[in-house]
Amino acid sequence: MINDSFSDPNKVQLTEDGRLKHFLTTEGLSRELLTEILDTADSFISTQERAVKTVPLLRGKTVVNLFFENSTRTRSTFELAAKRLSADILNLDIARSATSKGETLMDTLWNLEAMYSDMFVVRHADSGAAHFIAEHVTPNVAIINAGDGRHAHPTQAMLDMLTIRRHKDGIEGKIVAIVGDILHSRVARSQIHALRTLGAAEVRVIGPGTLLPRDIEALGAVPYYDMKKGLADCDVVIMLRLQKERMQNALLPSEGEFFKLYGLTEEKLAYAKPDAIVMHPGPINRGVEIESAVADGSHSVILNQVSYGIAVRMAVMAMAMSGQQTPIITEENA
Amino acid sequence: MNLPDIEQTCRDLAQRLSDFIQTEQIENPILVGIRTGGVWVAERLNEEINCSSEVGTLDISFYRDDFTRHGLHPKVQGSELPESIEDRHIILIDDVIMSGRTIRAAMNELFDYGRPASIRLVCLLDIGRRELPVQPDLCGATLALNDGQLVKLTGPKPLELTLA
Repeated sequence: MINDSFSDPNKVQLTEDGRLKHFLTTEGLSRELLTEILDTADSFISTQERAVKTVPLLRGKTVVNLFFENSTRTRSTFELAAKRLSADILNLDIARSATSKGETLMDTLWNLEAMYSDMFVVRHADSGAAHFIAEHVTPNVAIINAGDGRHAHPTQAMLDMLTIRRHKDGIEGKIVAIVGDILHSRVARSQIHALRTLGAAEVRVIGPGTLLPRDIEALGAVPYYDMKKGLADCDVVIMLRLQKERMQNALLPSEGEFFKLYGLTEEKLAYAKPDAIVMHPGPINRGVEIESAVADGSHSVILNQVSYGIAVRMAVMAMAMSGQQTPIITEENA
Repeated sequence: MNLPDIEQTCRDLAQRLSDFIQTEQIENPILVGIRTGGVWVAERLNEEINCSSEVGTLDISFYRDDFTRHGLHPKVQGSELPESIEDRHIILIDDVIMSGRTIRAAMNELFDYGRPASIRLVCLLDIGRRELPVQPDLCGATLALNDGQLVKLTGPKPLELTLA
């Protein structure tokens, strides 16, 4: 779990003048900064629609994908994002490398630093791992959190914000429901922080009591145990993947039972606003948390999320790398 | 120092651009302004001579050669080119030319959109201090500034010049 001894994340992830230098969590970031990430990502959506999809921004920089926990999709989108910024990228599958031979985390990092890396994209099963690395890494190396334990998955949350902003004409005043296993979801936590900061009217979490964290109201979300009530008047429905490994812990009766109560069907979606959008961070379990008719239907923006994911990761990487530079104030750069 | 009258300079530059397009036989050019001042100048010139159906905009933030020194500009607005630039004649427009680095970055970006038939450069003001071999085809006025002095264009309506 999250170690309370960690310092304020914003002291670690922001420069003294408030720019991003690591991206560890959406928690506590200002509305201006979150909006800047979304605006920058919007620009990167347009560069990716060109004949040449790359921009030369991070030319000569080395980005290392440091995945202590497997994830093909997130790793691939980070890889594509780095390539479209013209960075060199190294994929390290730590689960199968030196750490399994007994090398400590810090030894691994020091070795990578010795190879003149400029950025680490970190995914780890322990909450706070990216924060820990950011505190111990050499200055001028940026850390991007690609998911740590149950704590945060900030780039996923920001790509979801971008999706809502582009498809619902802004986040301000919208009612958003997050459905499923909230308890184990770092995505939900990061989404709630970002949605609250960006002015969503109401953030709801819907799921069985065993899968909703007890402190959820302290985060600013309203718990619902019933889809009909929870989805009423929603503008956005975010389905979370049901992590099947949780099944064994008897937190859930069965997949069939879960689908019956919380699986998103066309019938349940009808409780939300007629123009509601349906999102999912992927990979989707068809027939477990969402039926195919909804996943492939007209309300679904699930594949758009994937495209926006690359743009958001480009934005965060560019901004963090930028925050690592010591700005030299010159009179003019025309 | 006396700054040139911007309205007059724009009208003269528009006329010279119109003549230039004719004598050089530039068919169906696309005016492309560099954000932010260059876009204002491009739109102003196009109002006078109406040579391009739509003015394109280039935001060179992702192409700057000083990213590692200055970082990313906080307000990236993105580029918008009206149509394919493949085999088209581009008239690239900026408000002030100094080092030439902006123009180099802008040309790099243009080539990522396609292969233009040609690129011509028009600048409202040339303040010298060049660091790269880049010269405008047309220039509204030349200013010799003192060390450390700069000019700034504000706009879009009216376009005004101030010393900084």
